[in-house]
Amino acid sequence: MCEYCGCGDPHRVSVDLRGEILAANDRQAAHNREHFAAHGVLAINLMGSPGSGKTAVLEATAAALGSRARIAAITGDLETERDAERLRAAGIPARAITTGSACHLDAGMIHEALHDEALHGASLLVIENVGNLVCPAVYDLGQDFNVVALAVTEGEDKPLKYPVMFRKADLVLVTKTDLLPHLGLSLELLDDAIARVMPAPAVFRVSARTGEGMDRWFAWLDAHLASRPGPDRAHAAFGHRHG
Amino acid sequence: MHEYALMQALMDRVGEEAAARRALAVHRIVVRIGDLSGVEADLLESAFEIVRAGTMCEGAALEIERVPATWVCSGCGQPVPSGGRLQCGGCGFPARLAAGGEILLGRIELEVP
Repeated sequence: MCEYCGCGDPHRVSVDLRGEILAANDRQAAHNREHFAAHGVLAINLMGSPGSGKTAVLEATAAALGSRARIAAITGDLETERDAERLRAAGIPARAITTGSACHLDAGMIHEALHDEALHGASLLVIENVGNLVCPAVYDLGQDFNVVALAVTEGEDKPLKYPVMFRKADLVLVTKTDLLPHLGLSLELLDDAIARVMPAPAVFRVSARTGEGMDRWFAWLDAHLASRPGPDRAHAAFGHRHG
Repeated sequence: MHEYALMQALMDRVGEEAAARRALAVHRIVVRIGDLSGVEADLLESAFEIVRAGTMCEGAALEIERVPATWVCSGCGQPVPSGGRLQCGGCGFPARLAAGGEILLGRIELEVP
């Protein structure tokens, strides 16, 4: 017994917390998702290795869809605003998040970036995640779809080596197919590897450089944009207050 | 290495609970990590060594329960083996991850007054 207040000696208790370790991130992601839905924004989390061609795909997407979709982007890199600068040059308002040493974007970073007025009014928001096939897969950002860019130069076995990323993917863009004549890559083996880590494989083979195969990607975006509320119903996208 | 950020989130959650119960110390933290969660147990342990210094968790044991990946058919519910194509051999439906994606905080042991 404690001699001061009679509260009893310290003792051990077991508490069952039973919850997601990333519950705080998940709450923030749900909040982002509500914003996207309320403002009629299609949000894509574009992931992939460094150099997998994410930015090039977006540049080509801007050129093709620019007249029928208002595209904005958030880019994540450890250092520099280079990707954001490339996208701005392609006509996409872009906000760069430099993470310092963090290997992924989280939902809180996205929420903060959404307050950037340059992004307001978008109908398609692409979050170009930090180039990394591991960490970004763990964090929900509030996106509608996860799209993974995988360059043909990465080899057939990448999906088997990084199964979590492909398990979370809704669509895989096999990029840089214009380089295939210079490589010994088997697209059949690559498809097979994807099917072993992605339950419902959706794969488009594209070349942002030549435009080959990009129509399927544009049609996929068009279809999902069409299933969102139109621009009339969406007001100044992302502009919001917190109570 | 996202395990460090993950461990920070874990410590925040444990810290909240410990404060709410006016705990004097944390003795044990049990987490459940799926083999297909994207989290490495070894790296999580290393991160724990770093973040626990000077906190209420300084003397705590971190217990990591690994959860193997289990796929089942999204149609008929029959098991679909890992390693092969993630499609049901019977009905052709895509497999669904039934277990192995967990990043869960389970039980903690606190010393309370």
